[in-house]
Amino acid sequence: MRGPAEVTDGPARTDAPARGRALARSITPVRRRWIAVAVLLAVACSLPFQLVPFRVFQFTMVMVYAVALLGLNLLVGHAGQISLGHGAFFAVGAYAAAIMLDRWDLPYPLTLPIAAAVAFVLGLALGLPAVRLRGLYLALVTLAIAIFLVPLLKRFESVTGGSMGLTLAKPAPPAWTGLAEDQWLYFLTLAVTVLAFLLAHGLLRSRVGRALHAVRDNEAAAEVMGVRLPFYKTLAFAWSAMFAGAAGCVYTWVIGFVSPDSFVVTLSITLLAGIVVGGLGSFSGPLLGGLFVMFVPSISQDINDAAPGVIFGLLIIVVMYVAPTGLAGLAGRVARSTENILRKE
Amino acid sequence: MAGFLQQLVEGLGAGAVYASLALALVLIYQFTGIVNFAQGEMAMFSTYIAWQFTVAGLPFWLALVLTLAVSFAGGMLIERIVIRPVEGAPELTVVIVTVGLFIFVNAAAGWIWTFLIKDFPNPFPGGAVEAGGLSVGYSTLGVLAVVAVVMGLLYLLFQHTKVGLGMRAVAANPDSARLVGIRVGWMLALGWGLAATVGAVSGILVAPLLFLEPNMMGGVLIYAFAAATLGGFDSPAGAVAGGLTVGVAETLAGAYVGFIGSDLKVGVPLAIILFVLLLRPQGLFGRAVVERV
Amino acid sequence: MRLSPIGCAAVTTTLLLATAACGGREEAGTGATTAAGQCSGQQTTGITDTSIKLGGIYPLSGPASAYGDIPKGIKAYFDYVNAEKGGIGGRKVEFVVRDDGYQPPKAVEEARRLVEQEQVFALFQTLGTPSTTATWDYANQRKVPQIFVATGASKWGTDTAHPWTIGWQPNYVSEARVYAQYLKQERPDAKVAVLYQNDDFGKDLFEGFKRAIDGSGITVAAEQSYEVSDPSVDPQMRNLAESGADVFLNVTTPKFGSQALAADARNRTWNPLHIVNNVSSSITVLKPVGFENVQGVVSAAYYKDPNDPQWKNDPEMMLYFEKMRQYAPGANPAVPYFAFGWAVAASFHKAMEAVKCPTREGLRDAVRSLDNVQVGMLLPGVTMTTGADDGFPIESMQLMRFKGERWELFGEVIDTRKEFGPLTN
Repeated sequence: MRGPAEVTDGPARTDAPARGRALARSITPVRRRWIAVAVLLAVACSLPFQLVPFRVFQFTMVMVYAVALLGLNLLVGHAGQISLGHGAFFAVGAYAAAIMLDRWDLPYPLTLPIAAAVAFVLGLALGLPAVRLRGLYLALVTLAIAIFLVPLLKRFESVTGGSMGLTLAKPAPPAWTGLAEDQWLYFLTLAVTVLAFLLAHGLLRSRVGRALHAVRDNEAAAEVMGVRLPFYKTLAFAWSAMFAGAAGCVYTWVIGFVSPDSFVVTLSITLLAGIVVGGLGSFSGPLLGGLFVMFVPSISQDINDAAPGVIFGLLIIVVMYVAPTGLAGLAGRVARSTENILRKE
Repeated sequence: MAGFLQQLVEGLGAGAVYASLALALVLIYQFTGIVNFAQGEMAMFSTYIAWQFTVAGLPFWLALVLTLAVSFAGGMLIERIVIRPVEGAPELTVVIVTVGLFIFVNAAAGWIWTFLIKDFPNPFPGGAVEAGGLSVGYSTLGVLAVVAVVMGLLYLLFQHTKVGLGMRAVAANPDSARLVGIRVGWMLALGWGLAATVGAVSGILVAPLLFLEPNMMGGVLIYAFAAATLGGFDSPAGAVAGGLTVGVAETLAGAYVGFIGSDLKVGVPLAIILFVLLLRPQGLFGRAVVERV
Repeated sequence: MRLSPIGCAAVTTTLLLATAACGGREEAGTGATTAAGQCSGQQTTGITDTSIKLGGIYPLSGPASAYGDIPKGIKAYFDYVNAEKGGIGGRKVEFVVRDDGYQPPKAVEEARRLVEQEQVFALFQTLGTPSTTATWDYANQRKVPQIFVATGASKWGTDTAHPWTIGWQPNYVSEARVYAQYLKQERPDAKVAVLYQNDDFGKDLFEGFKRAIDGSGITVAAEQSYEVSDPSVDPQMRNLAESGADVFLNVTTPKFGSQALAADARNRTWNPLHIVNNVSSSITVLKPVGFENVQGVVSAAYYKDPNDPQWKNDPEMMLYFEKMRQYAPGANPAVPYFAFGWAVAASFHKAMEAVKCPTREGLRDAVRSLDNVQVGMLLPGVTMTTGADDGFPIESMQLMRFKGERWELFGEVIDTRKEFGPLTN
């Protein structure tokens, strides 16, 4: 299976050794990242023309998870706050989009900003009390929220469709594109993903990002240094919820069906596992996490019915021991060591 | 009125179940400062071990003793293998590891014993005490009694034994404890072993009521968290009081508050957790911790 | 070589255009084939003269994984037919099972995998209403039969926009009608307390029951719902007991079924007539409660219970036990999920034998024109019938009462079509 992850770190290594060395020297890390992103994008754009629709769907879902994980990464990886309820915001985005499509017949591109905004506001509202909590307690509260959401969605049946859920038509590709439905959904998701990554990138390079890092590394010290702790923690919560909401909205487009039992607490735990294994606090972590969440269960179920859970659990623990920076950290290490070998030659 | 009192009694019965698991949570927190998300699953796993013993033909009480011993050893083993490598790591890391443990244990139980429900022998007789229109099941009384006994034993252990003193020293300040010659590592492992044992008691108590299957404790866990939060994560007596309060609050809210009803009563522990943490984060019985930079 | 971000963007665009221009897509159904002759133009993907490939989606992991035993019964049946009967009409059956963990997005993924990658002839059983709802648009767009789905929601039969999807087991509304019919005869002025799972299954059955008792003397005295994430239904049971109803309708899935039965048994002051729905009527649910505690409980069935001694010398049951031991050696054949799987696989066998064209279209038409088809594992008198205006294969059930250590059937087989007229939305 050729995932986009495999190509992130391997550009321009086929030249003759001498040129290769010169090239390796001339490519600074920053520039290398740009090249990697460009290659990744090119591959991402060509995927739906090369793969069968089933694979296209899988990669669409990888990106949906990646956007959600981007938010979780912001909160867990960059701000150091634990959330076991990220799936709840995902569900909020999914339901917001579904209700807009089902009840109000809004055109689907409009649902994205609104769903994201709804999740943002909700994140802000929940973030306000959450800022007073730290670590363990925040994990407890978010877990309870994730559990409570399911019966809540069922209760307001007139709006949410209750336990039967809502079935929606998927966005149809415009005729001029000549694309099939799965390809169109893929490109929509890709566009949202690129947008989300750019946004997160910009966010982390701003004041907000620096403040968040300070909070993660030492909360009390950050406060002493003058970081307005409650403000930034609430903001991190809200941003993270917004990304989850956007991912949920795209999920609704792609699956065309939402029901409360699709968003049980397992989803939140799976997402946390995804970002931990993908790589906390790294740029490519969410993408690798998305690949992990998507492909590991389907591959491991060939071993035993219960194997996905066992492997999920084991991997989380092992990753925390040997590679706290996750797959992204590992990939980075591998890339650096190969580069060193390349230079020494 | 009789109906209300009956609901109260049943709420206490449910609360005793939450209290038993909350006790295990509190134990680990006291020694290691960790909230163990896998506590419920470990209890479930212990219960399966007990079930396996009874199926093999052992009498119930012997199976119980063996299970407690196995759980104690298992708890220490988990501490040594799984938790030790991340000792001293940020809270975040430890929480994630226990979440990983949660997923792993749950799936492993499904792998070994399948997801079909198992019948678990009830150590208490089936009848009920009838008094003044109230009816209190023997198993409810039994669960309450066992929880009280466990709490009492823990109190004795902490306050009146040398091991307990050492454990308290480690909990209060690991570095100073190490300086005065206490083997901190072993004390932490002991804490996990004890918690696993208390968890096993909890699992065996609830299995005849909830029926044994791998997701048995999943629903209980959130209530136990609420109980521990309410009572304070560092107080065994608080955990029991918290458990009983949560049980009663949830039962009464489900029965008498029309809007909540039986479907939204899982919101009760959420509300309790949120309010306690915002108003009195150390819980009703806990001590406030001052943080140093 | 120096590249600015703008340069990178340019490179990207070039690459993109290049790939879009030359990278023509492989045609979606590379293995898609069509028939010739009288069935010309119809799809023959996944079927040859010697083989049929089927795909099923079940929750093998996660909270609903008790149902994961069903495909094992199906596999045992197909293994037996392949090895000893030369397959179905000379075609060996290959049955691919995938896990969705009861998660709709996962079900969509697996359905696509089965159809596009495994190139199955048909989706044979998707389990659960959410997973089936999430996949039936896809199956119908791709014109892939989605046969005998393992859920009793009534929409599989009432919906007209999805001709490729069809149920099998009696739908929950029919089942509710059977209980209502029974109460009308036995307790015409019953006050009923209802416990139901707060999801599509519980709601469907409960709503069906309310409609079926409409206009009779029977009333719903109290109703309580529960969530699958609840630790116990004891509080709900207590609230129901306070209603003083004289009938208790237990609409639950296995674990909660056991809890409700046990709670009813514990309560000495409330002794209603206990009706437990078919989903929770399996012996594996009753046994943990203790047989002495569930005497007199009423339910309804449509296939033979392997634990019932009256089928001890039934040829189909003897075959079932023998072949289960042979082809599924680790499994306990007394678990009714295996018998369910066996019965649905045998039903597919019958349907496949009746196809006019061995094509997807042929199968779709065959399962929609079943006429009184008998299947050995179904109760005597329960048959499969479908037609242009009837999308429900099985709509008959027989009541049973628990006595000693087993269910005892009583009364006639109730055909809900005859009793109440066709089911409409």
